[in-house]
Amino acid sequence: MSAPAANATGAAQETALAVSHLNITFGSGAAAMTAVDDVSFTLGHGEAFGLIGESGCGKSTILRALVGLNRDYEGTIRFRDTVVPRQRDKNFFRRVQMVFQDPYASLHPRKMVQYVLAEPLRIHGFDRHQERIDEILSAVGLGPSFRYRFPHELSGGQRQRVAIARALIIEPELLLLDEPTSALDVSVQAEILNLLKQLRRARDLTYLMVSHDLAVVTHLCERVGMMSEGRIIEEMSAEDVRAGRAAEPYTREFLEASTGYRPAS
Amino acid sequence: MAKPLLEVEDLFVSFRGAHRTTQAVRGISFNVGREKVGIVGESGSGKSLTGRTVLKLTPKAAHIDAKRLSFDGIDLLAASERQMRSIRGNRISMILQDPKFSLNPLMRVGQQITEAYRLHHKVGRREAEARALAMLEAVKIRDPDRVYQLFPHEVSGGMGQRIMIAMMLIPEPDLIIADEPTSALDVTVRRQVLTILDELVTRRGAGLMFISHDLNLVADFCDRVLVMYAGRIMEDIAARDLRNARHPYTRALLDSLPRLDRATDMLQVPSRDPAWLDGPTIRSGVAT
Repeated sequence: MSAPAANATGAAQETALAVSHLNITFGSGAAAMTAVDDVSFTLGHGEAFGLIGESGCGKSTILRALVGLNRDYEGTIRFRDTVVPRQRDKNFFRRVQMVFQDPYASLHPRKMVQYVLAEPLRIHGFDRHQERIDEILSAVGLGPSFRYRFPHELSGGQRQRVAIARALIIEPELLLLDEPTSALDVSVQAEILNLLKQLRRARDLTYLMVSHDLAVVTHLCERVGMMSEGRIIEEMSAEDVRAGRAAEPYTREFLEASTGYRPAS
Repeated sequence: MAKPLLEVEDLFVSFRGAHRTTQAVRGISFNVGREKVGIVGESGSGKSLTGRTVLKLTPKAAHIDAKRLSFDGIDLLAASERQMRSIRGNRISMILQDPKFSLNPLMRVGQQITEAYRLHHKVGRREAEARALAMLEAVKIRDPDRVYQLFPHEVSGGMGQRIMIAMMLIPEPDLIIADEPTSALDVTVRRQVLTILDELVTRRGAGLMFISHDLNLVADFCDRVLVMYAGRIMEDIAARDLRNARHPYTRALLDSLPRLDRATDMLQVPSRDPAWLDGPTIRSGVAT
């Protein structure tokens, strides 16, 4: 772990991820539906970038294309200045991992936590399995006794911690977060957000987060891309969001609607 | 002040198991008048169960016990199932979280609204249909004649929730229980739906029990807020005073939220005090 402070100073940083002119269309002919429309953005190393928008705006579709779950896209995705192949290789997954929205669905119900954590180690040929499992469990705030639990023996927050541990155990550089706290209570959400912040500092990670909750995104990310109908319509810093500095009318409406209830006119 | 619509005193709801009894709601008391009362709490705090208990729509295994559970002078505890049926939908109605699961998928939405009206009012089909169309218009659906003919899978989430509201409000109930009515909706749609609900409730002078986990929303939308934890009411407070709440649990919940107005580094994670389990309820800043 060296110099994790680079991101805080905003000094010249290497590019971790560069997405250019990404287009994703579902269906063909007259029924074609453009889900992602010419989206470009870059993420510096150690940076946290958030994509925000309403359901159906294409934010999760982008994540699925990035991680290789949907290979049918146009445009280029560069990771560390190398264009990633459509068929992602093992090396890519070693360095890019994803945490899904619903920890109740993303853990295998019949596999013990230690099996869940050992599997990526085995796939990527890591040594010292037992030590690494203990290390990562304590890093996500769970004790070594959690090794022997099944998912149904864990609370929602604990499950999400296991999901984060599973993603981090192979020491990736980029973490893709798909609404990691939207299935959790506010107090548990606070725990997980703190954990993500802390891990990012300690491990010099880069985050790409997708959420519909503006407060959550601006808490974790320095930069936010507002999405609407498949496009990133505006990129702003977390500071801009807090100060309500939005150029696009849609972003303004979204900001206003996110701050409690005022009757719509 | 007029007599409250709903009076709840010392309500217990428990589930008997083979080995032990789980008490989900433990001795709560509150009143709801013709006002908007928010009930907030984390999952498992008993907020939804409290809402269902008022309609006696609890699972069979649930055992309800209370000193008083009355609605507009009717003792709900003693009411027969027949009496409850004349109350449900007609005088107290419930809006559920997700319209995808609460609308009948095989029936056109207009027919569902008409049915809700005709069940409680002796009117002809024509009149009920006209009423349903008027109601769809009242929930700001632009093309009611077209939407009337649609099936639930053909409408969006926000529109589905407005249809639910139309269906629940058409019999003109006195009390509406809304269980997370906007949690499944996007923020901008949420605002439309709440505005409609707000208008209709205020115009008709009905009471609203608004169950939610979103403290900020409840603080802005409701008149009064009940904060629940582990089956008890921790605090009963005017919504405008919520940000100056006295109970440590209410404070902790507020502090655990990421904020949009200023940057925070680490969020407060609420620590829980076992003394709260049997502690007093703070009503408008006074422990009782």
